[in-house]
Amino acid sequence: MTTAKPRLRAGAKLKHDRHTDRWLLLGPERALDLGETARAIVELCDGVRTESEIAKVLAQRFDAPTAKIEDDVARLLTELRAKCLVEDA
Amino acid sequence: MSPRPYAIVAELSYKCPLACAYCSNPIDFREHKEELDTATWARVFREAEALGVVQAHLSGGEPLVRKDLESIVHAAHDAGLYVHLVTSGIPLDPERVDALAKAGVDAVQVSLQGTDDAMTQHVAGLRCHARKLDAIRWFQNAGLSVTVNVVLHRANIDQTEEIIALAESIGARRLELANVQTLGWALQNRDALLPDEADVDRVRTLAIEARTRLAGKMEIILAMPDYFRGRPRACMGGWASTTMVVTPTGVVVPCHAARAITGMDFSNVRESRSRLDLDRVARVPEISRRRVDVRAVQELFGTRERFRRMSLSGVRADGRCGTNGSGV
Repeated sequence: MTTAKPRLRAGAKLKHDRHTDRWLLLGPERALDLGETARAIVELCDGVRTESEIAKVLAQRFDAPTAKIEDDVARLLTELRAKCLVEDA
Repeated sequence: MSPRPYAIVAELSYKCPLACAYCSNPIDFREHKEELDTATWARVFREAEALGVVQAHLSGGEPLVRKDLESIVHAAHDAGLYVHLVTSGIPLDPERVDALAKAGVDAVQVSLQGTDDAMTQHVAGLRCHARKLDAIRWFQNAGLSVTVNVVLHRANIDQTEEIIALAESIGARRLELANVQTLGWALQNRDALLPDEADVDRVRTLAIEARTRLAGKMEIILAMPDYFRGRPRACMGGWASTTMVVTPTGVVVPCHAARAITGMDFSNVRESRSRLDLDRVARVPEISRRRVDVRAVQELFGTRERFRRMSLSGVRADGRCGTNGSGV
């Protein structure tokens, strides 16, 4: 799946929550409160970058081991695909 | 975390070209004539956003009967809300769909009454099944995500399998299989609507099977009926836990049927002193909140939890309404 190019599905929308200064992922009848990492991952889901490329960008940005970030990315995207918020281009 | 309404259901009008036997309108809906105007709805959306609301469900009756629906959509969008249009798809044409999408609709829910014209006529009093399928296609062509909602009851419950297949074939993003809840009009029509328990069980089996098969493609949401659950279901995800409802005439309630409870006093958005009064709406009674998967993502509201609980524990649900909640 690391060559998959994830993007938000129609109806999924990233929104800043001014009440908590956090980021929400909204869908029909649904709101997810994203942590820092989750938000960074979702922001990079543009349907052009592959999952591996997303992990590489974040590993550099956070100065973290790529394997660990790849794991985070895969886990989050699996969850968001299951919720029909993310699809692969 | 203090109580926070995440969603507002804006019932824009009780008028509707359909006449479904289980309609969510109050029995005396004809008495509620003085609908809020565009500017008042715009104010309500701004006030709701200030309280923490992030999502508006534009509902009814039928929201499409409002000639100013585009302006109302625009106002909700302008207030920073995610706009979810809940409609029968009647009456509609492609030009209006484009105008609504342009005004800021984010997602749409369209009701179907079954899989054919005869069933639609039987349930809603209008032969409009094909027109509804057209409406869904127009919404999809406008780039909008479509949820298909079907209320299941004695007359159409045998079509459940075909309904799932239909939703799949037309590319619905979500399918809500809503077993009829015997409130309001549905209580009046209970004898005609209430299914056998075996049929409800079969719906659950079909829904769980489809949910597995279609994982990641189409969400299946299943609402179980009170009659076969052992205790009342957590309507609205729990009384006033995440959602507030504003009726066409401006009454603020925690669920659309709450006014049937005698002895409760609800405020109206027309009274400037009350506005959207959280103390009287969102905290009656004290709510409990459940957290799901806090590692990366916290589910603030949604439907997965209800479904999962049901599939794990059979019909006995761990309800969240009022004091039934676990408080975790």
